[in-house]
Parts: sequence; C-alpha cells; structure tokens
Amino acid sequence: MWSGFPLFPEQASTHAGRVDALYFFLIALTAFFSLLIGFMVIGFAIRYRRRSPDDRPPAIYGSLALELTWTIIPLGIVAVIFFWSADVYLSLNRVPKDAIEVHVVGKRWMWKVQHITGQREINELHVPVGVPVKLTLTSEDVIHSFFIPAFRVKKDALPARYTTAWFQATKPGRYHLFCAEYCGTRHSNMIGSIVVMEPAAFQAWLAGGGPGVSLASAGEKLFQDLACVTCHKADSGARGPALDGLFGRPVALADGGTVTADETYIRESIVAPSAKVVAGYQPIMPTFQGLVSEEQLLQLVAYVRSLKAKAPAAGAPPAPPVAAAPGARP
Amino acid sequence: MTPTKQTPLDTKAKRDLEAAPLVEAPDPGRLNYLNADYGWKSWLFTTDHKRIAILYLVSISVMFFIGGLMAVGIRLELITPPGDLVQSETYNKMFTMHGIVMVFFFLIPSIPAVLGNFLIPIMIGAKDLAFPRLNLASWYIYMVGGAITMGAMIHGGVDTGWTFYTPYSTAFSNSNVMLAGVGIFIAGFSSILTGFNFIVTIHKMRAPGLTWFRMPLFVWAHYATSIIQVLGTPVVAVTILMVAVERAFHLGLFDPTRGGDPVLFQHLFWFYSHPAVYIMILPSMGVISELVTCFSRKRIFGYEVIAMSSMAIAVVGFLVWGHHMFVSGQSTYAGMVFSALSFLVAIPSAIKVFNWTATLFRGSISYDAPMIYAGGFIGLFTIGGLTGLFLAAMGLDVHVHDTYFVVAHFHYIMVGGAIMGYLGGLHFWWPKITGRMYNETWARAAAVIVFTGFHLTFFPQFILGYLGMPRRYHGYPEEFQVLNVMSSAGASILGLGYLIPAVYLAWSMRYGKKAPNNPWAAQGLEWQTASPPSTANFDTPPVVPDEAYHYAASEVIVV
Repeated sequence: MWSGFPLFPEQASTHAGRVDALYFFLIALTAFFSLLIGFMVIGFAIRYRRRSPDDRPPAIYGSLALELTWTIIPLGIVAVIFFWSADVYLSLNRVPKDAIEVHVVGKRWMWKVQHITGQREINELHVPVGVPVKLTLTSEDVIHSFFIPAFRVKKDALPARYTTAWFQATKPGRYHLFCAEYCGTRHSNMIGSIVVMEPAAFQAWLAGGGPGVSLASAGEKLFQDLACVTCHKADSGARGPALDGLFGRPVALADGGTVTADETYIRESIVAPSAKVVAGYQPIMPTFQGLVSEEQLLQLVAYVRSLKAKAPAAGAPPAPPVAAAPGARP
Repeated sequence: MTPTKQTPLDTKAKRDLEAAPLVEAPDPGRLNYLNADYGWKSWLFTTDHKRIAILYLVSISVMFFIGGLMAVGIRLELITPPGDLVQSETYNKMFTMHGIVMVFFFLIPSIPAVLGNFLIPIMIGAKDLAFPRLNLASWYIYMVGGAITMGAMIHGGVDTGWTFYTPYSTAFSNSNVMLAGVGIFIAGFSSILTGFNFIVTIHKMRAPGLTWFRMPLFVWAHYATSIIQVLGTPVVAVTILMVAVERAFHLGLFDPTRGGDPVLFQHLFWFYSHPAVYIMILPSMGVISELVTCFSRKRIFGYEVIAMSSMAIAVVGFLVWGHHMFVSGQSTYAGMVFSALSFLVAIPSAIKVFNWTATLFRGSISYDAPMIYAGGFIGLFTIGGLTGLFLAAMGLDVHVHDTYFVVAHFHYIMVGGAIMGYLGGLHFWWPKITGRMYNETWARAAAVIVFTGFHLTFFPQFILGYLGMPRRYHGYPEEFQVLNVMSSAGASILGLGYLIPAVYLAWSMRYGKKAPNNPWAAQGLEWQTASPPSTANFDTPPVVPDEAYHYAASEVIVV
C-alpha cells in the first residue's frame, strides 16, 4: 500500500498550473491565519493563566479601530481571491476557437465518447498533447460529472442539456477519469482513463480505428433514415423550417420570443418539438424522444451544425425565419 | 460600538465572585425540576422547557450513536481500495443514512433543542418558553419524523445521498426515498416551531432590565438561528414535497424527460441546506462566547460586533447557495455573484474569531474542560472557515468540488465546529442541568482526544480531495490508500473521544459530586438560580441591572 503515496496531483494541462497557484496562495493564507490565531490563543492562555482564584482581570470594552482593522484587511484579502479565482474560472470556461471537439455521453455507469471524426470509445478518451480539446457533455439518465484531476477540469453532464468544458494536455500519459457526481450503485466504477498522446501517435491511433464515419455524416444518414428530410427541406412549401445556416443564429418563435439555435435548442427541438415552435410553422412535428439515443442526437446536432447557409440563387427557398436582432421581441 | 459610559466596579458581582466557591451544595430535600415529579407521564407530558431539553438530549444522543455507527462502517470499508467489505448498495445506503441522521436529526436540533431549550428562558429570566405546549409538540414531531426515517432505514434504506439530487432521487432510485423524505419533512416542522418559539420568547419574555444589548451572546446566536429555521426550513419542506410528488405522480418538475429541470432541485435544496450549516454553527458560536468569557473571567471583547455578526451571517447566509453549482452549468455571471457573496459571509465569522481571541488578552484564564473544548473549537473552526475560501474561489472549486476536500471542509465546520461547541456547552452547563459535577480529569482528557482524533481523521481528507478522490466512492485507486488508512485510524481515536464523555457524564449523574449553584463563578442569570433549577426557574423574578459578562474587574478599559 506504500507503493506510490502522492500528496499532490500531477499537473498535465494548461489549467493545472493556474489552479495550483491559487491553491498554494490559499494554503499559505490558511497556514498564516491558523498559526496566528493558534499562537495567540495558546500564548494568551499561558501568559494570562489564572494564578490565583482572586484574579481580577480588567474589563476591556472592544475597540472600534481593531474591529475595523480585522474587517477591512480580510475584506481586502477576499477581494483579491475573488478576482483571481473568477479569472481562473473564466479561462476554464472560455473555449479556444481552434479546439478539436469531442462529444461525451454519461450513462450509468460508463462514459461514451465520440470524436468528431467518428471514432468511438468507452471509458477512455484519447487526445493529442498540446492541442485544445472541447468537450460537449450530456447524460442519458442522471447527473454525472466528468472529472480529470490531473487537468483540474470538472463539468457536470446533465440529462437533456449540453454543457461544455475544455482542456489542453501538456504531458503524454494516462490519467484518471472519474465520475464526480453521485449517480447510484456503481458510481465509483464509472471511471476511466484519459490517454494523452504525441500528435503523430494520435493520428496513428485515429487511423487505426479504420476509416471512421464523421459525426456529421452519421447525422446526415440519420436525417435521411428518420425522414426528417421530408419536412425540413429547402422548399417554400415545406412543413418545417429549412435548417441551412441555422446554427448559432437567433430564431423567432411562434410565441414572440427569440432563441439562439445552439446545441441545446436543436436537441430540444428533436425530443420536444412543441416546446419552442418557430414563428410561421404549425406544431405538427412528432417527438423523437426514445427513438434516438443521446449519441444519435449528438450526431444530428453535428449534422445541423455542418449545414452552411446556401448562397441565394434564383428561386431560392425562403430562409428560415430569423429574428432581426438577438433578443429582439415584438 | 464602544460604550462611553464608564461602568463602576460592581460590588454585587464582586461579592458573587468571592462567594462562589463557598456556595453550599443545594439542600438535598429541595424540590427541583428533576425531583419534582417521577413517573413516565411526568416526562412524556411535561411542558417544562428543562425536561423537554432532557427529552431532546436523550433522543439526539441515540441519533448521534446511529449516525456514528454508519461512519464506522464507512471508515472500515475505505481502509482497502476495492469495495470489499460491503456491497455497493449497502455502502451507498450507509453514507446516505450517516448524512441524513447527522444533519437532520442530530446537528440541526443539537444545541438549539437541548441547550437552547434549557437555557434561553433561564438566561432571560423567564419561567418557560412562550409556548410550552408547542415546545412539547416540537419534540413529538421530531420523534415522529425520526421514527419514520429510521423505519425507512430498517425497511431497506435510502441510497440517494443526504442531498437527494434529482433526477436520480425522483426517477431512478429504487430505495425508500419517499419514506425518508416524509420523515425529514415532518422533522422540519419541529425545527420551525422551535425557532418560532425562541423568537417570540426572546422578544416578549425578557426580565425587567434585560435590554437587547444586555442579552448573553448565546441568546443572540439563537435569535439569528431561529430566523434561519423559520424562513429556510419551509423551502426544504416544499422541495421534498416536490420530490415526493414527482416520484408518486410522475409530474415533470425535475425530471427532464418529463419537461422538468434537474438543476432547479439543487437551487431549492441549497437555498435551505446552505443556511442550515449556519443553523448548526451559530448556536455553537453562541456557546463559545459564554465559555471564553467565563473561563477568562472577562467581559467579551466587542459585544455588539459579535451580536451583529450573528445577524449578518443569518442574512447573507441566505444568498450564497449557488456556490454549490459552479460546475453544474450555471451561468458564469450568476456564479460570480454567488462567489462574491460567499466570500462576504466569511467576514463576520472571521470577526468573531478575532474577538474571542482578543477576549483572552489580559484575562484570567483557567483550563477547565469546557474551556479546552472552546479552544479546540476556535482551532478547528478557523481551519474549517479558511478552507471554505477554497470552495468559494470558483476556479479552484471546479477541481475540488465533490471531492474529499469538500468532505473534510464541512466536517471541520460541522463536526469540528458544531460538535466541539455542543460538547463544550454540555460540559459547561452539565452541573446546572443535572446538579452533579463530572470527573474533570476525564473531561479534559476527552476534549484533547476529540481534538486530536478529529485532525487525524479529517486532515488527510483535504490532501485526498486535492489529489482528486471523489466523495461517495465505494472503491478507489490504490494510490489513495495510505491517506485513507490514516483517516480511518484517526476515526477510531475520534470515536473513543466521543465514547468517553458518554461514560463519565452518565456516571456523574449517580456518583458525581453535588454541584454548587455557580461552580465556575460565572456571570449570567442561569448561575444565580439553583443547580438544578426549580420547575419555575427562579424563586423571585429576576431583574437585570447590568450588561452581560459583568465580571468584577480590577480596572475598566474603554478604548
């Protein structure tokens, strides 16, 4: 049991150093104040111990100056920690534009991973070193949490919702992947590994899995197979809005509201189409809840994302109703 | 903040102080609340706040024992990396019951329902609480809730964790979520009614002369606690009701497949359960203010500041719940607001620690057992509070969230802080409650053992957490074993530290020396009445001419 007795986790991502710097600062602060209070309490207890039952210590009525001192100094200290930690948090949430994408589905009790190029893994995630990786997380059942201690990264995987996290590994190796949100009986078995590889080795690994079908192509096939295409076609008489160039744009809704067409909205429109109906269309689309798995939903979302706006041509179908401005309401 | 009035040396207090060691043991034939009547009816139908406090003392001690047994099971299982002692289902049920029993049935009622119930009326010079029958009803409600939750445990247990996160608790768990939820729902009303009773009592029943700023800080702390109990507990009751409704009628409240929002549950749950931490720690802080003054024989440093910091904690504590959701996909900017407010709530706690320390300055300090507990409290609470800053710091919380770091932190507050305060207070007022003295040597030894065992148990968990060991793990990777073994070894010492007082306190009730009315030469109305007090508390209604902690002084320093 003494084989390996670490006191500090490995640093294997660009986040690790920043988070640890804050950690060490807080440890120093904790040590300083704990020792200060400890020495004062013990020091006073010895220095002012009761020497005789008749001791009559003075009655000291507080001090405004002291009260202000030990209010303002801690306030200043926590203000520093607040801005520092908020800065670290923002950088944890600010995904670089050039990140490669990985989709993760949590399911009791395993992690299912799909690379954008189509490779799939279970309880393992292979990534190249030195490249930012964006994770899009969701869950098939309860709340899970994707936790890589060596990267100082953690994000909940929520059912019916997409969350994102990102990291850039700095050191090839194999690292723990844990589920950090209690998810039932075999919660502590919902573990796996992150395998960080040199870029060349990663490319070889990608190729080794055979020519994968990319996520978007898999989505396109589903789009045909599920007959989505019969309504969502680029045709003026179409029963459903056309989807070209839709992703990332504001959409006007039948109830007068506006929503940005992000991953969560597209997913919701597939499993609960009547929740947000696009202005100008009837709520006639059936739900696909239970017919498509979370992984297939991610493929469909990837397909919709891949649809670029077509250049307007003669007789072009009307574009999907797009709100004038984000957040605009009649 | 600083009174400008020079308080003259009070001759009466001085006389009390000098006379204190000479106070004779009470006349054995004298009637007090314990010997006024015998028989089970006189206990089960009593409306005397002191007897109800004893009923609570017995009940929560049983609950503490049950919760402690669960902890023993957890620490035994975690000695080895694979989950091999019990099945995963059993392990999950053990930590769930440990949490539910300790939080809802031990920590929340502990100081308010036992010490607060016994002392608040006496400290303010009243005959009883404002609503004595409601007080008894609170105890019955607590017992019904406790019995139902115990029933859920015997009937197969619950496996959701004490936090009942959805949609696991509403749509997936096959355990007795309903039954346990009903038990907690019912017990919540006990807490609400106790808080309500305290608020009315403190407002309406103070003795002549006892103005707000003459009240002992123990009473101030309970006033702040009661506000949280009355305002916060209904929210958790409604939340549990929503879980029950979703489980029973498949309404889509939290389950996303039915259109619900699973994170909404976390908001509602923590809106109560974060302030609930202050329900546990504020009364403990009140106890410490009493102990520090008595055993340094000195007026408290910064009375008004300590009183107001309790109120500040009660108010700001309601606005920090979102710091439990930094990795749940909550908006970044909402997270920042919750982070800032969480840092803010640390300030009044820090102020209290500084003021207690300053009270010791130039005091006359004795090392009686309650004072050792108070010193232990300050040490453990300081570390517990400072590690809370790690969790309020968003960028750092992402890493330590849901790891053993969090487990260590809240045990430093809730066990290190709240239970040290509870034990310190129990020892301090034990002579008043039972009329007997316990063995001082054993009591000091136990206080030191608890303090040491506590650190040995929970300090390794900070390191484990930062290494990345998630909480609620039945099995874990091998490199975490050394620290887990240390923690389990420490837990055996801590367990011993909790058992020793149970033995000598029980022993003292029969064989202990008779307690004088004021064994510590302490100030406060409770020390001016008999030990144990008569059913009416005071023979003549007291009048309060002075501020609290009016210890006779060689000089008066007004800064």
